[in-house]
Amino acid sequence: MPFIPHTEDDIRSMLDAIGVDAIDDLFDEIDDSLRDVSLDSIPTRASEQAVSRLMGERAAADAGGLCFIGAGAYEHHIPAAVWELTTRGEFYSAYTPYQPEASQGTLQVVYEYQTMMTGLTGMDVANASLYDGASALAEAVLMAVRANRKSKASRILMPASVHPFYRQVAHNICANQGITFEAIDFDSRQGTVDVDALERWAGEDVTALVIPQPNFFGALEDVDALTDWAHTNGALAIGVVNPLSLAVLKEPGRWGAGEGADIVVGEGQPLGAPLASGGPYFGILCCRKKHVRQMPGRVVGRTQDIDGRDGYVLTLQPREQHIRRSKATSNICTNQGLLVTAATIHMSLLGAQGVENVAATSIANTRRLVSKLTAIDGVERVFDAPCFHETALRLPGDASAVLEALADRGVFGGLALADFYPGLENTVLVCATETKTEADLDVYADALQAVLVEQAQAA
Amino acid sequence: MTEKLIFEHSRPGRLALAQAPAEAPAIDDIPAALRRESGVGLPEASEMDVVRHYTRLSQLNFSIDTHFYPLGSCTMKHNPRACNTLASLPGFLNRHPLAPASHGQGMLACLYELQEMLTTVTGMDAVSLTPMAGAQGEFTGVAMIKAYHESRGDTARDEILVPDAAHGTNPATAVMCGCKVVEIPTDSDGDVDIAALREAVSERTAGIMLTNPSTLGVFEQDILEIAEIVHGAGGLLYYDGANLNAILGKVRPGDMGFDVIHMNLHKTFSTPHGGGGPGSGAVGVGKRLRDFMPIPVVGKDGEGDAATYRWLTEKDVPHTIGRLSAFMGNAGVLLRAYVYARLLGREGMTRVAEFATLNSNYLMTRLRERGFDLAFADRRASHEFIVTLKRQKQQLDVTATDFAKRLLDYGFHAPTIYFPLLVPECFLIEPTESESKETLDAFVAAMVAIWDEAKADATTLKDAPVKLPVRRLDEVAAAKNLDLKHESATAADA
Repeated sequence: MPFIPHTEDDIRSMLDAIGVDAIDDLFDEIDDSLRDVSLDSIPTRASEQAVSRLMGERAAADAGGLCFIGAGAYEHHIPAAVWELTTRGEFYSAYTPYQPEASQGTLQVVYEYQTMMTGLTGMDVANASLYDGASALAEAVLMAVRANRKSKASRILMPASVHPFYRQVAHNICANQGITFEAIDFDSRQGTVDVDALERWAGEDVTALVIPQPNFFGALEDVDALTDWAHTNGALAIGVVNPLSLAVLKEPGRWGAGEGADIVVGEGQPLGAPLASGGPYFGILCCRKKHVRQMPGRVVGRTQDIDGRDGYVLTLQPREQHIRRSKATSNICTNQGLLVTAATIHMSLLGAQGVENVAATSIANTRRLVSKLTAIDGVERVFDAPCFHETALRLPGDASAVLEALADRGVFGGLALADFYPGLENTVLVCATETKTEADLDVYADALQAVLVEQAQAA
Repeated sequence: MTEKLIFEHSRPGRLALAQAPAEAPAIDDIPAALRRESGVGLPEASEMDVVRHYTRLSQLNFSIDTHFYPLGSCTMKHNPRACNTLASLPGFLNRHPLAPASHGQGMLACLYELQEMLTTVTGMDAVSLTPMAGAQGEFTGVAMIKAYHESRGDTARDEILVPDAAHGTNPATAVMCGCKVVEIPTDSDGDVDIAALREAVSERTAGIMLTNPSTLGVFEQDILEIAEIVHGAGGLLYYDGANLNAILGKVRPGDMGFDVIHMNLHKTFSTPHGGGGPGSGAVGVGKRLRDFMPIPVVGKDGEGDAATYRWLTEKDVPHTIGRLSAFMGNAGVLLRAYVYARLLGREGMTRVAEFATLNSNYLMTRLRERGFDLAFADRRASHEFIVTLKRQKQQLDVTATDFAKRLLDYGFHAPTIYFPLLVPECFLIEPTESESKETLDAFVAAMVAIWDEAKADATTLKDAPVKLPVRRLDEVAAAKNLDLKHESATAADA
């Protein structure tokens, strides 16, 4: 039987030991009316060979294409060793490390991960991961409401330059607790937070300001000024970052004139997680030490065993649901442990120089792509602010139609922004990571040129 | 045996740059004020350093691949290799989440069929796969229940009933959804106290969160009556699917009267657990909650060879509680669950519950024969059961922790201990269907041997473990003197 080792003799002797005639007798405490179940619409079992063929065909159908879409998920080279090691059974098939003595491998990996994340962000503390970047922002908002005791308003200032899906998720998860989100518009020239729009909230009770860096448009915000604004107005500063960008951009721990951001979250995917249609990725959450007891999720600490040897344990558990129940900082239990393992190995292989090279090459490739594309008639940059490895381009025509025609030519040319930002019609968000060669960039430019000519002729 | 930190393997100037671009092009258009000045504190190591280090670390873990892991309520079953291999085909891994659906028909077909299979096996009306773990599935369920009442103008319903034996995620979830928690006691048979439930329901009842079989390892005998009481009061029923392995294909939550359920696909569908995730908390809904499902859901247009698949969004599910992840939950985990479901087929799904229950009842019987006390001796075990070591504590001064730590020395991962809290010196034992009779017998022998050791000299247990990489760790000191990162790494580099 698939994945069940019992022989006929085993079954007979086990039933005899229990003292029943048949396995079905073990379900005799269940009401008869509930035990008449038909699963006829579920297929009968398929062999591994048959399922392999089916999945091979389906994966092949999804394969191919040159991807210039970013928008929160980025194609990066993942060293072969990362998932070779991560899928070792000892990591892959372990549970949450509830028995620390039997889980030192997983626990030490998380401790190393926490060290790497605090190094990248310049923050004091990192947790052991949340589900993804969007849900991490929601948790950061809930955490800020708990941590900012001077604020009574439960009011979060949420720039429109934050990823639209992150804003939706934060709202959907937090709204039931009476938290309100106030949108802060972006400057239509710069593509960054509109300072005048923010200034309208000066002197009001604001719990936290969300600061994206880079923001959804790839543009770089004036993080020092925004952090200082938050602190001047009694609000916490919540950074939303791409962790890879921190190889070259100022770390949130040093934002502003004071002690930096209070809470930092981000999508960990660029650090070793494949695109995989959206997951599994992992959410990063870091904070300053004074907020550690308000932090959601697991955290690993170093301690000693009774012989004085270093070892690692889950710590600060009284914050968590299995101890505190209804008074916990979050309901989170399972997180994204295996992705943290992959990220830790990924960062170890790349090292400081490697992550800087990946970030800087991605920046350079995006610059080159932009100059090739804006050389085409009618294609221009939308925003003036400097960007990381992604930016918005205006096209001479409907962006969705252009993207569709590009996809038919094997180029995924970016994300059309009009669905999320009325006013940004004919606009695409494009990204070229370190995975793109000069030839790839030319393929995109040539395809775009051809599509625009076709569409002009059709019109 | 312990292993140094990766930072302690680091040497300045040692690089593994085969894996990254050879150099960092100059960045000339980003103002200095936005640039980083300090180092990032990552280790400098060769590929071999890294491979050896993480291979050694992996060897410090217990896992299903290496050990019997009867952790109650966690369903540590075998993780078939095909699930990982086939979900990791390049066509799946390299697809961007925002690539057009026309270039994702293979993945979408798998997810659609998984939705259909899960709908059938749970007896619900529809399934949304987006929640990323059990706790997010719970959040989804309670948020839908709230949205349902509010859509009817029934806005006073703000209480969620939770049995006192429930997982901690249940009350924590209710609070995250802005509800108050009302605890319902358990009777001496391990069932919900029906009289107390009747007392507790009112026009303020939004719903009840229930695990069945419960965390006490027994099937809730009065489930139909519970459904009647809660529905009668205008509340809805939420099924915590942590223990779905016990009834998969044998009994369906939809038939019991549940309005919404979540499934832990990383448990029941073996996707696996990865040392703490990723999980997947897919939710199934009944008719009343269908309009409130979280997005995205996979929809199908046309039939047979002409069928095409697409994401359903707010436009298709107008009352949706919305999006709970940036993209599509843990899509790769869902592909693993899909492969597992196809390899099992409908007959294999039913067999999961049957053999999980057989193993559990057999193990319970053998332990009872050897003198161990059961928390609910008169009940059938579900896929798990509880041994209480209260007598051993009274007579020999050894605790459940002592037994657990000594089991590690015998090469068995410990069962879940001290949960549920209602049972003193509690061992919640879940063998799963994938373990053989020999393994179960060996576990019984270890339990008996440890008890004998306790009778001879309790310090053998108090000192355990002695065969693991570390001995008992000081958790009190860990919480008191917080050491959450390695300091010298960042300091040296800054």
